[in-house]
Amino acid sequence: MTWGRCVNIAPIVLKNPVTENTLSVTLGSMKAKTLYDKLWDEHVVRDYGNGTCLLYIDRHLVHEVTSPQAFEGLKLAGRTPWRRAASLAVPDHNVPTHNRHSIQDPVSKKQLDALDRNAREWRIPYIELSDERQGIVHVIGPEQGACLPGMTIVCGDSHTTTNGALAALAMGIGTSEVEHVLATQTLVAPKLKNMRIHVANTLAPGITAKDLVLHIIGRVGTAGGAGCAIEFTGDGVSALSMEGRMTLCNMAIEAGARSGLVAVDEKTIEYVRGRPFAPAGSDWDRAVAVWRSLRSDPGALFDHSIEIDAGRVQPCVTWGTSPEMVASVHDKVPDPADEPDPVKREGMSNALSYMDLRPGTPIRDIRPDRIFIGSCTNSRIEDLREAARVVAGKRRAQNVRQALVVPGSGLVKRQAEAEGLDRIFLDAGFEWREPGCSMCLGMNDDRLDAGERCASTSNRNFEGRQGAGGRTHLVSPAMAAAAGITGHFIDVRDII
Amino acid sequence: MQAFTKIHGLVAPLDRSNVDTDAIIPKQFLKSVRRTGFGPNLFDSWRYLDVGEPEQDCSRRPLREEFVLNLPRYQGAQILLARENFGCGSSREHAVWALYEYGFRCVIAPSYGDIFFSNAGKNGLLAITLSVQQVEHLFSEVEANEGYRLKVDLPSQTITAPSGEELTFDIGAALKERLLQGQDDIGITLEQGDLIREYERQRAAQRPWLFPDLN
Repeated sequence: MTWGRCVNIAPIVLKNPVTENTLSVTLGSMKAKTLYDKLWDEHVVRDYGNGTCLLYIDRHLVHEVTSPQAFEGLKLAGRTPWRRAASLAVPDHNVPTHNRHSIQDPVSKKQLDALDRNAREWRIPYIELSDERQGIVHVIGPEQGACLPGMTIVCGDSHTTTNGALAALAMGIGTSEVEHVLATQTLVAPKLKNMRIHVANTLAPGITAKDLVLHIIGRVGTAGGAGCAIEFTGDGVSALSMEGRMTLCNMAIEAGARSGLVAVDEKTIEYVRGRPFAPAGSDWDRAVAVWRSLRSDPGALFDHSIEIDAGRVQPCVTWGTSPEMVASVHDKVPDPADEPDPVKREGMSNALSYMDLRPGTPIRDIRPDRIFIGSCTNSRIEDLREAARVVAGKRRAQNVRQALVVPGSGLVKRQAEAEGLDRIFLDAGFEWREPGCSMCLGMNDDRLDAGERCASTSNRNFEGRQGAGGRTHLVSPAMAAAAGITGHFIDVRDII
Repeated sequence: MQAFTKIHGLVAPLDRSNVDTDAIIPKQFLKSVRRTGFGPNLFDSWRYLDVGEPEQDCSRRPLREEFVLNLPRYQGAQILLARENFGCGSSREHAVWALYEYGFRCVIAPSYGDIFFSNAGKNGLLAITLSVQQVEHLFSEVEANEGYRLKVDLPSQTITAPSGEELTFDIGAALKERLLQGQDDIGITLEQGDLIREYERQRAAQRPWLFPDLN
């Protein structure tokens, strides 16, 4: 089949229509439920009664890094994909962001070729590298309407959480589970706990979803959401655009959560409307009616609840090697000597040594060598607009050796070019690249050299993440752009 | 996958928290399309002084001698003692494949990254969760006693120290069974094929927009 066949759904006549009423009877009691409970209950094929359930998966996103062994396993066992149309494959991790039609690295090429071969052999819907819609899997899923409210969505990629912004249960899985989903369209999974992060008030002007999520991770820690699905609620979340909510849910995994969620509202519905994979005609009206129920019931119980005051969130910069090691741009690098817990103290010391930072250094005095604007966290059109607004009419600082801007998809790139953003970046001495994961993890040739420091809009500041010996500071697109212009971290509000 | 029942293995202590899967197996090795070959690159950037590349002969690479797995006393370790949030970050199952191929059959830590924990269970690697205090105690024992070995017995859910001291651990019934049997999840799930089809049929009627191919 071709990928495009999913786009227009012909009206159908049901032989045995099942009403919504039957559904609620079949699928659960009237007890107040969280959004996660609703999504979970609706997808249980069988409760094994041993703490795990067989969960139906509506959408399976596939990329080249975590799928080849799964396809091979399928083949070795003589199995076939259960439901091809539920998958969507795209290359993103390894793809070059320039000169992409001659892939130099033979090992990367082999992996990209494997995806190409597997998608064709198994007739999996596939957006190939030469297709304009190609991009980072978690950018193109929502962009194409392939990820919809109420779905269960999995991908062999921890940042699948991004798609929870659409009120979908979206989880990262390992390769064995990729094979399991390919073969059975289900997962065997334990139910997660419910955690709510309530964001009261709204962000100050110039503060973004990225600052909010870094602030949250600083507060709950990288394991704070372990074993949980986090639902983000409150005015601070409702006020975010859909793209902002994707940034927020994207980094739920960095708080240890398997899944991040935001309830459906008008913004969700307007975002989905008209996208290629989205329902149309009478299906659209039916879908919208269902989607409007995708919110936690009043009185639903959460296992953990945390309140954040959005009004207090400052522009954030990470200083260490874990996303929880984060500070306001107005703060200083903390002193491990002030940390009472010995394990944490040692972790901080290791991090400062790796990052080559001294306690007490003002964050503003940290000078990046490179800037990376991109990744599934921050490569959508609003991110690029935000960054472009900061760099417009200015020049890259002398000490900044390279500033890369990598759009999240070919369609984001086209839109940005239509708005003239590419010119703004190029005129400022920033590089304008082709879409892919790029320097978020440096599987292609966009990498930090040992000892280099990067202001990055990506999601992980782990040792070596952007290149062996590279040092990552996580920031918002506007903050990365500002650092690219001034040559050091600065509150972006001071320069626009 | 290989079944896990019991082992009596040497313990190696990895004394840092939040060890992420990027550290367990760095990105350059993820380009492989195989499930094997990751053992020599386990903890690559901590273990070697140079930057590793895929398909390289690691036996000639300069070792970072002070890294715990390079110390003579921990050679042949089968049990990795670790700190909080072990295996956080990326979903890469390659991290579990690398640990297993290196020779680890069991990890003991106070907590794990969720996806790592799930991946471990799919590959016969037993990830045991103990309290922070119990793990702290084991760290001091391992460091104080060269050749420190633990008996890990999955059927009885016990860990026995050289002193005879016994700890018990919790594990979900489903995971325990799967590890003991070395079961292939997919085969078991496919036995539910009729249920899955029935679910799809009902749901395609209720949510037709999700099943354009089935309608």
